[in-house]
Amino acid sequence: MKRLAVRLVFGAMVLVNFSACSVEPWVKPYERDRLADPIMNLNRDPVSTAYINHVHEAREGARGASGSAGGGCGCN
Amino acid sequence: MRPAVPEVAVAVTSRKLRAGLVGWCLLFIGAGALAGVLPEDRADAMYHYYDGGGVQIDGPSLLMRKSVGQSFSFFGNYYEDSISSASIDVVTTASPYDETRTEYSLGFDYLRGDTTMSFAYGNSEEDDYEANTFNFGIAQDIFSGMTTVTLGYGKGNDTVMSNVDPDFEADMDRQSYRLGVSQVITRNMLASINYEVVTDEGFLNNPYRSVRYLDPTSGSGYSFQPERYPNTRTSNAVGVRSRYFLPYRAALHGGYRYFTDDWEIDAHNADVGYTQPIGPWTFEVGYRYYTQSAAEFFSDLFPYEDAQNFLARDKELSSFDSHTVQAGVSYDFIEGGWSFLEKGTLNVFYDHVWFSYDDFRDLRNNTGVIPGQEPTYEFEADILQLFVSFWF
Repeated sequence: MKRLAVRLVFGAMVLVNFSACSVEPWVKPYERDRLADPIMNLNRDPVSTAYINHVHEAREGARGASGSAGGGCGCN
Repeated sequence: MRPAVPEVAVAVTSRKLRAGLVGWCLLFIGAGALAGVLPEDRADAMYHYYDGGGVQIDGPSLLMRKSVGQSFSFFGNYYEDSISSASIDVVTTASPYDETRTEYSLGFDYLRGDTTMSFAYGNSEEDDYEANTFNFGIAQDIFSGMTTVTLGYGKGNDTVMSNVDPDFEADMDRQSYRLGVSQVITRNMLASINYEVVTDEGFLNNPYRSVRYLDPTSGSGYSFQPERYPNTRTSNAVGVRSRYFLPYRAALHGGYRYFTDDWEIDAHNADVGYTQPIGPWTFEVGYRYYTQSAAEFFSDLFPYEDAQNFLARDKELSSFDSHTVQAGVSYDFIEGGWSFLEKGTLNVFYDHVWFSYDDFRDLRNNTGVIPGQEPTYEFEADILQLFVSFWF
């Protein structure tokens, strides 16, 4: 488990380091109008998402990675 | 022969119905930050209702989120479950009961450049269960905002009590580690991948639940003894999600998650959905499929008392699958804004779920049936959400 955590943190650091390079975004900020539309929001209504997630997790063995984290569209 | 679980009005819900997951729901309200931008200021008031398998649960969920200055956004959430239960477990081994669970959560997001840090605290209480959860998350935009990387950590401390034995008190600690990446794929498509490890340590079973075993001295041919779980559990889950913008302004979305743990539960779930705005209306439909294998120490019927070290007959740990269909509509009743309000929506969502268990048997009305030959259990559930949302 510890090794896994170290690998994850290392992977994240590598990704963050890449950001220092000037990688050209292939979708320019002004081309993200559709991604900024509320219907593209991965977590449009937080109370509803939280509730439905709770309903499922209370009745299922599985948990985690349901995925609200990092739902940004980079629209700012 | 050990006596069966006492006939008292006690909580025999899945413990996971309870507080233990408060921290996980926090991720959808707080601590699951977007990078580079603070969450929108909004207020939501919801009434939720669940009816399935002899269990009715309803109550409110109230959320307020407000930014202060350019860098901070604070939120508070109050949530309540009012439970009336005559579930299959209760009917089989105890008596129906009513109880209420209340949950508060508070937190804030701090934005600095392309980085957002999130802190959230949650508390959940019932007569016989208390949970306190803390969550921290950090989100970083990279590649000119095309990619968002998130890291998260959560810690929960639960106290398990019993309405039957006032002297009983046990602890359970939970930690969660999260890593997520969301990515702009094209000008019409977003995708994200999330990985999460959760570890539990402490009293993980339910003080009220029991397992059954073959007992020739009993009239029914079987008896019950208290369940017994391991004291640790570690799970790994990875989920992917995507949304696609259709040219006539509609959205398709889909997701998949794989889950595995050291109790040998493997689970898969997948979902698809479609969102269609028409004027002030937004319509949604969706479908979700879930399937899991049983925990290694699960059995519907053990061959004799104390047949093995660990014993479970919790249907949440059995092999089963479920199908969910969802339909919903939102109506924007202040299009274009009014006074300080930018937008307001009325929302109705309805879900219907079919649960079908492979090896959890229905012990009701089975006089004369050979133990282990009872029909497998299945049930359906209706889930309703009514809520109003304001953006300001």
